[in-house]
Amino acid sequence: MKLKQLSVFLENKPGRLRELCSLLADNGINIITLSLADTEQFGILRLIVKDYDKAKSILDEKGFVAKLTDVIAVEVNDQPGGLSKILEIELKSGISVEYMYAFTIKSGENAVLLFRFDDMDKAVDALQQAGLNVLDSVELYQRAEG
Amino acid sequence: MSKFVVENRIWDKEESLPRDELAVLQGTKLKETVERVQKVPFYEHAFAEAGVSPGQIRTLEDLQRLPFTTKADLREHYPLGMLAVDKADVARYHGSSGTTGKPTMVAYTHNDLKTWANLCARFLTGGGLLPAHSVQIAFGYGLFTGGFGLHYGVERVGASVIPAAAGNTPKQIMLMMDMQVDALVCTPSYALNISEFIIQNDIPRNALNLKYAHFGGEPWTEDMRTRIEDEMGILCFNNYGLSEVIGPGVSGECAVRDGMHISEDAFIVECINPETLEPVAPGEEGELVFTSLCKEAMPIIRYRTRDIASLNPEPCVCGRTTVRMSRVTGRSDDMLIIKGVNVYPSQIEQALLRVEGTAPHYLIEVDRPDRKDVVTVKVELTEETFSSSMKRMQELKDKIDRAIQGITGLRMNIELVSPNSLERFVGKAQRVIDHRKKK
Repeated sequence: MKLKQLSVFLENKPGRLRELCSLLADNGINIITLSLADTEQFGILRLIVKDYDKAKSILDEKGFVAKLTDVIAVEVNDQPGGLSKILEIELKSGISVEYMYAFTIKSGENAVLLFRFDDMDKAVDALQQAGLNVLDSVELYQRAEG
Repeated sequence: MSKFVVENRIWDKEESLPRDELAVLQGTKLKETVERVQKVPFYEHAFAEAGVSPGQIRTLEDLQRLPFTTKADLREHYPLGMLAVDKADVARYHGSSGTTGKPTMVAYTHNDLKTWANLCARFLTGGGLLPAHSVQIAFGYGLFTGGFGLHYGVERVGASVIPAAAGNTPKQIMLMMDMQVDALVCTPSYALNISEFIIQNDIPRNALNLKYAHFGGEPWTEDMRTRIEDEMGILCFNNYGLSEVIGPGVSGECAVRDGMHISEDAFIVECINPETLEPVAPGEEGELVFTSLCKEAMPIIRYRTRDIASLNPEPCVCGRTTVRMSRVTGRSDDMLIIKGVNVYPSQIEQALLRVEGTAPHYLIEVDRPDRKDVVTVKVELTEETFSSSMKRMQELKDKIDRAIQGITGLRMNIELVSPNSLERFVGKAQRVIDHRKKK
């Protein structure tokens, strides 16, 4: 139930993000969602794309440091309390969130939350036991395409 | 670790002379050398310019009055301007590979070759060599002094030489196994290649009978020694020399392995501050300066090696009375002074080697934006070290920061950059950009 996220190291140089985006665009790779964590000196770009292997090799070739990282996607109702419910589960099972980001899906009332936990396997178990909807890759792409 | 134990042996009585006797010997030989170099127009002029005549040099203390010789002087007098004998009396030539253009040529008379072989025999004996041993020499044989220097040193001891020369690692290992070689001579970086090959090909350690190795030709670190010794199960000894002075044989480690004994009956060593040219205190780092005492073909006066090391005059438990030099930690050409502290790019490299997963590709930028030195070290990230977690990335930076601080004592800004984004160099790398100089 883990998904592949494409993580990219971005030097804090003008035009670096644009360069990356146009590279993906030129190769017909659509970004489903992304999150950018940044410091004064560098950034970490986290991308969800369907064709991550292709995207990685394109970026590798152009000298980017890109890596595939496991993340978990959880579907929740797009209403107050959706996220806090998940965090409560994690708190009880002693797992912590390394980072997270979210997006709302085109058609419905649901949102998808993407998580990176320190213990990914334990996190999947805990979430599923709590009856939450953990998406696999097929489901995620379906949701994204609407 | 190695099961091999080196017994303490001394080759020549000159290695353990009482200090006062040594000083008298050095004074006498210095006088002879000063007379000998009067045949070299360069020295004739240099002495005149320094306002010193050969007759004024009577004892060791007078050395301070003599002019320095630099690499640039040698280049300027390429190929044989520094020769102090007739060309007919030269028995062999060697040369040091110049990083730019022409090499620096050096010459030896028959006597010089004997002296040289004997000096190599000294450090080889100090580091375990016995007449019954076989030694594989994986140094280049050619203009480079390493191959021939060690070759005749091993023969001088009465041991046997396998002149394998540099390169062809599988063949080196085959020879070591089949010939049950006792000792290896090469550069430490080549030993790492050999060790890597042995591990990758699952060659069992007991297929080799290797007991010890003598490394020279380039600076290396104690971390590298530990690594090679652990991987190969041998003892590693360090030796030092440079062609301008004689080649290998200037100094080498004894069984104690706490500094390299300089053959002071053959060379006078000084350690100076490269900026002020004043001597530094014992134990303090500075540039090594050598004056040859026995050389006939190309004697050299106060040669500035650009090599940074420290001297230890304390007597060694091995019984030798000669001064010991530390490892060469850097070159004075690329020394940086940061907040009054001397820093060498090699120290940064050493720090990066200690942080797992960082490539030794780096660039040091120094600036003084607000009357305070600020150093930024750009380090190339690798795919293995990159993490999507900010916390892990911060931990990596902290690790690098601590390693650099541990070695240099200074805090530097660490900047992670993309792989292959720093310029690559053929030959000597340019690792430092000092913006302070432009201001």
